[in-house]
Order: sequence, then structure tokens, then C-alpha cells
Amino acid sequence: MTTTMPEVISDTDPRLTSFDRFERDAAQPKWLLNIRKSGLARFSENGFPTLLDEDWRFTNVKPIVELPFKPVTSLPVQLPAAADLVKFHFLKTSETLLVFVDGHFAPGLSRLPAAQKGVLITNLKDAITKVPELIEEKLSKLSTVDANGFTGLNTAYFEDGVFVHVAAGQSVDQPVHALFISTGRETGATSHPRNLIIVDASAQLTYLENFVSLGNAATFSNAVSEFFLGDNASVEHLKFQEQDENAFHIAGLYSDIGRDARFWSHSLALGSALSRNNIRARLNGPGLQAVLNGLYLTHHKQVADHHMFVEHAAPHCESHEYFNGILDDESRGVFHGRIFVHRVAQKTDAKQTNKNLLLSDDAKANTKPQLEIYADDVKCTHGATVGQMDEKAIFYLRARGLPLEIARRMLMHAFAGEIIDRVQHNVIREELDQIVWDRLEEKLATT
Amino acid sequence: MSKPLLEIKNLHAGVEGRKILNGLSLEMNAGEVHAIMGPNGSGKSTLASILAGREDYEITDGQVIYQGEDLLEMAPEERAHKGVFLAFQYPIEIPGVNSTYFLKAALNEKRKANGQPELDAMEFLTLVKEKMKVVELPEDFLKRPVNAGFSGGEKKRNEIFQMAVLEPTLAILDETDSGLDIDALRIVAEGVNRLKTANNAQLVITHYQRLLNYIVPDQVHVLSNGRIIKTGGKELALELEEKGYDWITKGDAVAA
Ligand SMILES: Nc1ncnc2c1ncn2[C@@H]1O[C@H](COP(=O)(O)OP(=O)(O)OP(=O)(O)O)[C@@H](O)[C@H]1O
Ligand SMILES: [Mg+2]
Repeated sequence: MTTTMPEVISDTDPRLTSFDRFERDAAQPKWLLNIRKSGLARFSENGFPTLLDEDWRFTNVKPIVELPFKPVTSLPVQLPAAADLVKFHFLKTSETLLVFVDGHFAPGLSRLPAAQKGVLITNLKDAITKVPELIEEKLSKLSTVDANGFTGLNTAYFEDGVFVHVAAGQSVDQPVHALFISTGRETGATSHPRNLIIVDASAQLTYLENFVSLGNAATFSNAVSEFFLGDNASVEHLKFQEQDENAFHIAGLYSDIGRDARFWSHSLALGSALSRNNIRARLNGPGLQAVLNGLYLTHHKQVADHHMFVEHAAPHCESHEYFNGILDDESRGVFHGRIFVHRVAQKTDAKQTNKNLLLSDDAKANTKPQLEIYADDVKCTHGATVGQMDEKAIFYLRARGLPLEIARRMLMHAFAGEIIDRVQHNVIREELDQIVWDRLEEKLATT
Repeated sequence: MSKPLLEIKNLHAGVEGRKILNGLSLEMNAGEVHAIMGPNGSGKSTLASILAGREDYEITDGQVIYQGEDLLEMAPEERAHKGVFLAFQYPIEIPGVNSTYFLKAALNEKRKANGQPELDAMEFLTLVKEKMKVVELPEDFLKRPVNAGFSGGEKKRNEIFQMAVLEPTLAILDETDSGLDIDALRIVAEGVNRLKTANNAQLVITHYQRLLNYIVPDQVHVLSNGRIIKTGGKELALELEEKGYDWITKGDAVAA
């Protein structure tokens, strides 16, 4: 199906040779070392994708390959002060905050919630000591579905990340907020956030991730998150990414969803020179609904890429993908939506739309639907648009007295609003709406 | 007498090298209602769009003076701030832009430009509730996005509602009556009449004399091939209804 022409990884590549220290780490459980080794093997087999790879034909990762590989091996001594963090969004959304600095948990900046029966919210490293069996059972069990060298690299090198386990029937009232900070001090500084979210039957969770930068070095964040949703579970996940425009960002989101569950996963890509989200959802029980919803706002030479793989493995499931992009200057948006409907997955309702608003003649959008349907009684629709702002609508607003800039901003905001409105959590949605509105103003101020 | 509110002098305009208006002249005073009638494609909407500031048209000759100023020099929003209002023949749907939010922003931009204080949410709501009665619009309209999913008649009523809120000095109504049933027509026409004062003027574009039973014009102009070829009183509309346009346009074709 896909032609993979990996760049050959040489034996002396630091991405292979830096692994030693995990082999020497005596404190690490054997099973974990084995998981890491399998990740490394996967990386060395697959290497980095090139434009010849069908799944990467619109996104060139060469700038990442050419970065020096400098995994950050411990929590930086010089930590940001709490005052440096106040500028980041969503900090008032929740009492619960887990802060990671260059991939390492920073307890001094974090606020863990009071203990709740049946709920464990902590950093992954801590969880490995507390609930090793559960982690051995789940970790890296979903992330192996695709032959992705980046995910292999993360699996080999990850230091820490978020761990959440919500036992059957439990509900976490406050959103769990994770802030991933790249200090951005050194070119090539690389972090591999690794998150594991387990929400058992009929349990409920809102999980918010924010990826940010402090400095503007060309850093690399290579995150992997795995989500396990039990039967009838309800999870809302929002990933917000506004890293520095010199930073590179790759993220894999792997989910396995049980019967009658509800899963919302929102992706907002505003930052980075290049960002790529690999979103994989396996719809594993009948009657569930998965909404994958995203917005990318890019300018200058940014590239924002969302690559989806939605696998309908059970009947009567709904999957809805909505992605809108507002692209300015010479920036580019990429959307690749693959939907795979297994023979058993009758009565599937799969919907996919990707809309792109181009604000400049040099902005570009690449959009590619890919439907593979092996059941006969299904409803699958997809649609994509790429266009400029509606001149007639602008004139209508101006003729009513709205200045050109406000008219443009209102239309952009409306376009973004289609996505924002799908966020379920009121406080998060309102803050998001304000962020996007402000960002559009900034945008207009600079044009 | 004071100067006319609007003076259109020998206006020539077109699009992509094609001429649409061919020396159109028209004068309106405050307190007057003028009707423009004319065959399809004669340039009625083009005139309306040019007055409102649409940039697609190239003006090759002539002038438009509004309240003593060169109207064609102004941006569309500036015209709106100075009291020009176009009720569109085909109002645009703007999904995602809430009607209340849009109209409040529009009104406040106008107030700001005229040195008046902006209305807060409460004051605006009070005003809007009163104005909705003018066109008998249900209140839930305001919660919906601008014109999104409105029927043809609802869109037209919404235009007049916006007019009621913005209180223009020069209102141009482009076929606001087309596609309305008789009840809706009466509501819209009565709304327009209620908004008439000694200080404003209304330019009503229509195909149908029946509108002019409700909105009584001081003058009726016949537009053909981009020029006004005949002007008369309200009886002219009746005559046009009866005889069609041929009896005037034929002579015009020879003259042109
Ligand atoms: N933006 C445009 N581009 C190209 N042609 C145009 C444009 N606007 C108007 N025209 C043409 O100019 C002519 C006049 O159009 P206009 O819409 O002004 O007519 P009208 O008198 O309003 O007609 P109707 O009674 O059907 O509403 C028509 O032939 C129309 O096709
Ligand atoms: Mg017309």
C-alpha cells in the first residue's frame, strides 16, 4: 500500500548510539528496557520518512533529520520561574497542572490533585513505580500500529509524560492540564513526551495538553500519547500547540475506543516551523462515537500537517473528522484522512471534512481523503474545500459599517468557530475562542 | 432650497470592459422617495452596488455627490457611517457570524464614527427589541447566524430590520419586495414607511407597481441600458405596469 523508502540510518548515528545509557540503567525494569529496545529497532528499520513515502508526500522532515540530536537527559538545572509561565494559556482552567520541562517532570511547577479513589494522576515515571503491571500491560500496545520511525524514536528515548488512570465508573471533575515546555535554549534539544491515558468503563476525563516554548532555538518535540477508552467511557482531549516558529513538532496520538464510548480529540496547531500530528483511532466496540476536530492557523513559512487513520472495527460506530485551516503568507496546511472500514463494521457512519481558507496567494493546502471500505451497509462522506475569503460577505459587512479589518476578522473567526464550537468543556472553549480571536487580530495587525 | 442629498451626474460604469451604466443622472432631496424601475439587466443593481461602494465596477466618467461630498471616494464602511444603506437584492448568508453580534458591531462602528457613545449589550438589546416590531421578526432570529438558513422572505425582512436599527439617511432598497407574499410585502412596506423622515431619503428599486401602492414615490424613473430614459410621478408606474417598457425603450434604442 505504501512505498517506504527510508533514509538509511548509519550505525554511528547518535540516535542509535545514545541509547547506551538506557542499557546501563540498572533501576529500570526489564520489561521497560524491552519496550525501549523494540522502539529503537523500529526506528532503525523505518528510519525517517521521505517525500516518496505516500503518507509523507506533502511534508518534508529533512530539517528535523538534519538537526543535531541532543536528547535532554535530565530536568534542566536552570528551570523557568513560575512567573515565566503565567503567559501561557489555560492556566486558570484547572487546579491540576503537570509541567514538563524539555520532557522532564517539574514537580515544583506542578500541582497534582488530592488523592481520589480509583483515580491516579501523576507523571509516567512515578506511575511506573506505583502501577508497573498496568503500564507493562498498556504501554506501547497501541503505538505499534504504524511503521513510524518517529514513534519508534520516542519509544526508545522517552523520559516522562502524563499518566492518568480513571477506574471504572469514576469521574475526574477538573480537567487534567499538562504543559510541555521547550526551554528552546539549544538547537537540536530534543524531548520525547510520552503520555498514557487509561479511562476504564463508564469513567470520564477531560485532558488538556499545551505545547509551548520559552526560547527560540530550533528544538524538536516528538510526543506520543496512547489513549485507552473502556466501554461507555467519555473522554475529551484537547491538544494545543503554540511552540516557537523555529521549533519542530511531531506527535502521535493512538487511541483504542470501547463500545458506546464518546471520544472527542481536538487538535489546535498554531506554532512550530513544522508540526505533524499522526492521529490514529481504532473504533473497537459498537455504538461509539469519535469526533476528531482540528484547527490550524499558520503564517510565514509554517507547515501544519494532520494525518488521520480512523479504523472502524465494529458496527454502528460514528466517526466525524472536521479540520479547518487558515493559512497566510507562504504557509502550508496538510490534511490526509484515511478511513478504513472493516467487513464487520456495518452501519458505519464516517464523515470527514477539511476546509482551508487561504489568506495569501502564496499559501497552500494539500488535502487528501482516502476511504477503504470493506462493509456494504455504511455511510461515508468526505469533502474538502480550499478557497479565499468570500468577497461578497466582506462587502456585505462593510456596507453595514464594519471596517475591512474587522469584517475579515469576523469571517475568519466564524470559520475557526466551526471547530471551536465543538469543544465540550465550557471554560476551555471560551478561552480557546478568545485566544483565536486575539491571534486573528495579531494576524491582521501584521498584514 | 438647500442642496440635494444625492446628485448622480452623468455616471458611466462597467465591469471588465463591458459598459453597464451609460450616462446616468439623478437627483434626490431629503424627505423624498424615488422609485427606479426597468427591465432585467438594465443596471439597477449595478447602480445600487456602486452607491454602496462595491469595488468590482470601474467608473469611467461622471460623479456622485452625497451630502456635498464625493461619494465615490469613500470606502463602503465610511459610506455606511455617513448614512448610506443598501438593502441587498440577494442578502448574503454568513454562517458562523451571530446576527446580534454583527449588528451591534455595525451600529457601534457607525456611532463611533459619528462621535456618539457606543451602546452596551443591554442598551442594544432594548433598541433591537423595539426595532424587531417594525418588521415583525421573531426574536430568535437574532440568535442565528446572519441570514443563514433564512427563507427568501426572511432575508428581505432582515434587511429592513437592519435598516431600522441603523437608521440610514439614504436607503437604497434593491427589489426588497421581490418574492414576498402580500402579507410580508405589507409588513416590509409599512416598516419602510415608518422609517421615513423629513431628513432621509429612500431609493426604491422594484419591478412591481404593487409595492408603490404602499410606498408612495415622489418620482418614478425608468432605467434602460444604463440610463434614465423617463421620469414621472407615481402614475408612471401604473402606466408601465399596464403597457410594459417597450413603448419607451424602443425610442431609446433609436436615440442610442
Ligand atoms: N460583477 C459583474 N460582472 C459581470 N457582469 C455584470 C456584473 N454586474 C452586473 N453585470 C451585468 O450588467 C448588467 C446589469 O446588471 P444588473 O444586475 O445591474 O441589472 P438589474 O437591472 O439589477 O437586473 P435585475 O432586474 O435582473 O435585477 C447585466 O447584464 C449583468 O449581467
Ligand atoms: Mg437587480
